[in-house]
Amino acid sequence: MNAADTAFVLICAALVLFMTPGLALFYGGMVRGKNVLGTIMHSMVIVGVVSLVWAVIGYSLSFGTDIGGLIGGMDFFALNGVGLEPKESVPNLPHLAFMIFQCMFAVITPALISGAYAERIKFSGFLLFSILWLIFVYSPMCHWVWGGGWLGTLGALDFAGGAVVHMSSAASALACAIYLGKRSGYGKQSFIPHNLPLTVIGAAILWFGWFGFNAGSALAANGLAASAFTTTHMAACAAAVGWMVVEWIHRGKPTTLGFVSGAVAGLVVITPAAGFVTVMPAILMGLLGGAICYGGVLIKHLFKYDDALDVVGIHGLGGTWGALATGLFATKAVNELGNDGLFYGNPGLLWNQFVSVVATWAFCFVMTMVLLKVVDVVVGIRVSSEDENKGLDVSQHSEVGYQL
Amino acid sequence: MKKIEVITRPYKLDEVKEALTTAGIKGMTVSEVKGFGRQRGHTEVYRGAEYQVDFVPKVKIELVVEDALAADIIKTIQSAARTGEVGDGKIFVSHIEEVVRIRTGETGNAAV
Repeated sequence: MNAADTAFVLICAALVLFMTPGLALFYGGMVRGKNVLGTIMHSMVIVGVVSLVWAVIGYSLSFGTDIGGLIGGMDFFALNGVGLEPKESVPNLPHLAFMIFQCMFAVITPALISGAYAERIKFSGFLLFSILWLIFVYSPMCHWVWGGGWLGTLGALDFAGGAVVHMSSAASALACAIYLGKRSGYGKQSFIPHNLPLTVIGAAILWFGWFGFNAGSALAANGLAASAFTTTHMAACAAAVGWMVVEWIHRGKPTTLGFVSGAVAGLVVITPAAGFVTVMPAILMGLLGGAICYGGVLIKHLFKYDDALDVVGIHGLGGTWGALATGLFATKAVNELGNDGLFYGNPGLLWNQFVSVVATWAFCFVMTMVLLKVVDVVVGIRVSSEDENKGLDVSQHSEVGYQL
Repeated sequence: MKKIEVITRPYKLDEVKEALTTAGIKGMTVSEVKGFGRQRGHTEVYRGAEYQVDFVPKVKIELVVEDALAADIIKTIQSAARTGEVGDGKIFVSHIEEVVRIRTGETGNAAV
């Protein structure tokens, strides 16, 4: 067990935890004022509830002994056997440190989906959905990629969660947007962000916390962590600038929302690649990612689904581009436990990445549709139109965000 | 007594207030409002989507004056608030039936 690694990973776990309240503010500022608390509640309540589910069963399903390449066993049910001593596969950290670090990833992933069902989901439905999603979508995905399951065995690379966190939440968000339908008044009324300074604070917290997310995934206080930290920051910067330039040309002015959305898109793009690529490719990935995700938020108008806060456009397209770009730019020179990509003479990795993209989108989309139907039947998933007009704050929580 | 309601540019509030107090007006009520007439709004852009915002922020000033003073007060307001550009606003004048000072119970012109 290594003291420096343990200290580092624990601090990174705290940084990743901070991302979820950051997400609450990022999303909260973008919805209409009457839904600000409802939106914040989605992220905050997920912290509380999903952490508990993770401790009881999620961790075991994700990292327990592999069953058929598809799911983990019940060895770690209720954290049985997860103690102060390291586990075999991660010998430098107390097992609990690894578990609690992973917990924070399990928490933010379902919270990301809340951007798609914002402003119209029923709280009880949201709660049941999030619990089921953690068990039936996140845990299998986490197991497939990181827990000894088939995607990891196949050789698909995902350093910090391009598939496990971003593509999975985006595919699920798409299912939610389609199943729940458009917000009342969509297309006729203008839904504009009610508090962009809040969104910027949230974006800054996400950027800060992401260093825990990506650098922490090195699971050690070493050169790889420094490399992942650097690629993460530079990709975010490049994507923010990339989005800003594209928007400036397309719409005539650079916007605040555009700049921070670009930064988030860059952070998403670099997530699967952070510990596998060098800095200049990371910058290129970020620049292109900013432009791609800008297009991503426009396509929802083309396909006519109401992805309220652009989870699909940013996490879906960003995560997909990041996963495939990993297949282009990965190099063993950065991380010998990784692989070489197409531009380093190995086209095979790109194929593995492509398989992981298709498998993630297909599994998460379909499974989420099933869960939505189940939840809808059991407690109902969408608020009544009267409650939607009153706003979630008043109708779901009997609270008002601003006493002006 | 006449009620004078002024809708004009927010930044003109101080100028109008100074002009009115110089002219002897002892009180007024001010609120922040939105509206449009011939002055159109502006375009906002969020994540690539354009939104036309028609309503323009304005300030509404309400005051009640004795009938005899109304015409002069209106001229005072107009010269303070005018810029010559579209969007200067409007003044509405209506008849007030009764005014009561709550503290003393005075009514009519004595209460204005």
